[in-house]
Amino acid sequence: MIVPWGETKLIQGNEAVALGAVAAGIEFFAGYPITPSTEIAELLAKYMPLLGTKWIQMEDEIASISALIGARLAGAKSMTATSGPGFSLMQEGLGYACMAEVPLVLVNVMRGGPSTGLPTQVAQGDVMQARWGTHGDHPVIAIAPSNVKECFEMTIRAFNFSEQFRTPVILLSDEIIGHMRERIAFPSEGDLHVEPKPIPDVPVEWYEPYHVTASNVSPMACIGSGYRFHVTGLTHDVHGFPTRKEKEVIEKMNRLKHKITRRLDELEDVRMHDVEENPITIFAYGSVYRSALAAQAMLKKRKKKVGVFRPVTIWPFPDRTVKEILDSKEVILVPELNQGQLIHEVERMTKDSVRVVPLHRIDGYEITPEEIVNAVLEVM
Amino acid sequence: MPAPLPYEYKYLRSKKKFPHVWCPGCGIGIVMGSIIRAVDSLSWEKDNIVMVSGIGCTSRMPVYVDFNTIHTTHGRALAFGTGVKMANPSLNVMAVMGDGDSLAIGGNHIIHAARRNINITAVIVNNDNYGMTGGQFSPVTPEGARTATTPYGMIEPGFDVCNLMEGAGASFVARGTVYHIIELDKILIKAFRKKGFSVVEVLAPCPTNFGRANRLGGPVEMMKLLKENTINISQAKAMKPEDAHGKVVRGIFVDKVSIPYDKRYEKLCEKARNSAGASR
Repeated sequence: MIVPWGETKLIQGNEAVALGAVAAGIEFFAGYPITPSTEIAELLAKYMPLLGTKWIQMEDEIASISALIGARLAGAKSMTATSGPGFSLMQEGLGYACMAEVPLVLVNVMRGGPSTGLPTQVAQGDVMQARWGTHGDHPVIAIAPSNVKECFEMTIRAFNFSEQFRTPVILLSDEIIGHMRERIAFPSEGDLHVEPKPIPDVPVEWYEPYHVTASNVSPMACIGSGYRFHVTGLTHDVHGFPTRKEKEVIEKMNRLKHKITRRLDELEDVRMHDVEENPITIFAYGSVYRSALAAQAMLKKRKKKVGVFRPVTIWPFPDRTVKEILDSKEVILVPELNQGQLIHEVERMTKDSVRVVPLHRIDGYEITPEEIVNAVLEVM
Repeated sequence: MPAPLPYEYKYLRSKKKFPHVWCPGCGIGIVMGSIIRAVDSLSWEKDNIVMVSGIGCTSRMPVYVDFNTIHTTHGRALAFGTGVKMANPSLNVMAVMGDGDSLAIGGNHIIHAARRNINITAVIVNNDNYGMTGGQFSPVTPEGARTATTPYGMIEPGFDVCNLMEGAGASFVARGTVYHIIELDKILIKAFRKKGFSVVEVLAPCPTNFGRANRLGGPVEMMKLLKENTINISQAKAMKPEDAHGKVVRGIFVDKVSIPYDKRYEKLCEKARNSAGASR
């Protein structure tokens, strides 16, 4: 037994991701070594042969994500893990998976960039790359864990989303979350929902791999199951064959968009702590959310009250909730481990009279609770 | 009464997807015919065949054959294929690629597929240039040749595809041409049967781009060049080196027994389970 069901253990964030993948039923992993994500590949190299599932170290990140797509087309639930430079290389395959609608999970343990940057230090520099890294309009789901338990749970959630929406899902971890150790209580086996791989139930001759349905997602047949079809990165019709017919191109592109935008309720996950009653809110995600909660507690002791708003699902951005809840605030402080990325989305969704104040840290270290406290006191 | 269709038709998406995109005189369709004849003589089930390709003229082939088909990104056919083969080793996986696709942008993937000995057959249609984008030079364009990006002649030496693949560790390496088609059929059957990574380089004309840029004549003249400029491996062995100089050798250069990656991985799983059992 690899996942210690029902037990309480002190483990690392990256280890929790590897265990979460096993709990979600991972059948194929392909990756390329890169700090600070490597533990995920290393642990799965140990676990997966024991389970008779497939693990491979490819020649680079482009090959890794390509192999992932091939494996999922042949029916294996697939995941890879990387960090910034590898994430850049994977954008090609990510776009293909969006276009061909192939579920997969991509874990990005973020480090300092650009380029080789700060390999062993933390950053949140890939937030916009996660949204717009690959070329062309495309759907994206990205979720950001903030603690070790969430690394476990959200890896499973990422697999579930990928199957439900038939699209790649990015788990946007960071170096702090990936390398920190926390005690976590594992649930009992069976307490977690694991989404099965949807399979078509129509006769072979009726099967359309990109059939238009109410949910905008149709089941993907596995190669070898008797449903022969064509897969391509070219814009394609419902059968999967390339098309340039205006109507079919527009239908495909809109369906890719709508499968996310018309099911936002299933994807949105925000955490709010005393947000509604206070005029000042700290907007934070990933490892910074931890500092935000600590800062909130420190301020409370000084009789200064602030709220904390955390998007768990970063993409799609929780537009409606941010508008509804944060538009009435006086000040929103947005601490980020970058020079300002998700802050633009907050600005986009709030009116001009709301002061949206950035707090950056780009030297590879965490934003401390004290820094957030000081920033709040300054704007108060 | 209409004449019955040739048996090849049952392997084609003949009603939906033709006419094809290839130019008059192109060799890729001939390679496709040869693949189909090889598949038919092996009695492979269409459901168990996967054809992956990258980007380019050759990589359009999967649209036309009624297998499980994956038209991937440029150069990545073998990386996608590796995932397919590992996820389901019972599938017969072939990768069809052009020279630019497999050896330039896909160069890293092909040497590692060969080294890993993944049980896939790679068919490289070598027409000396990038056809789809209008005839630019590739890693096999001969020195001195004119292409859209070598207006003053090619100054880079080209790869010898078969030597490269042998050095990288492929289990089966062969070269054929679209002129010597019966020979090619036989080579492909052997390549498909091979357990391990097999590579077949097929020399093919591109009259539209390479042929025109180098004044090699039309499709017929270019076919004649394949006939005249190549010799069989047994002919080559019988000839004096000076007589064989400048000729391209056809035939099977490597045909060795080595355990393919999927079998090695199976053994690894056994080993892992045994050592885990022993440590308990």
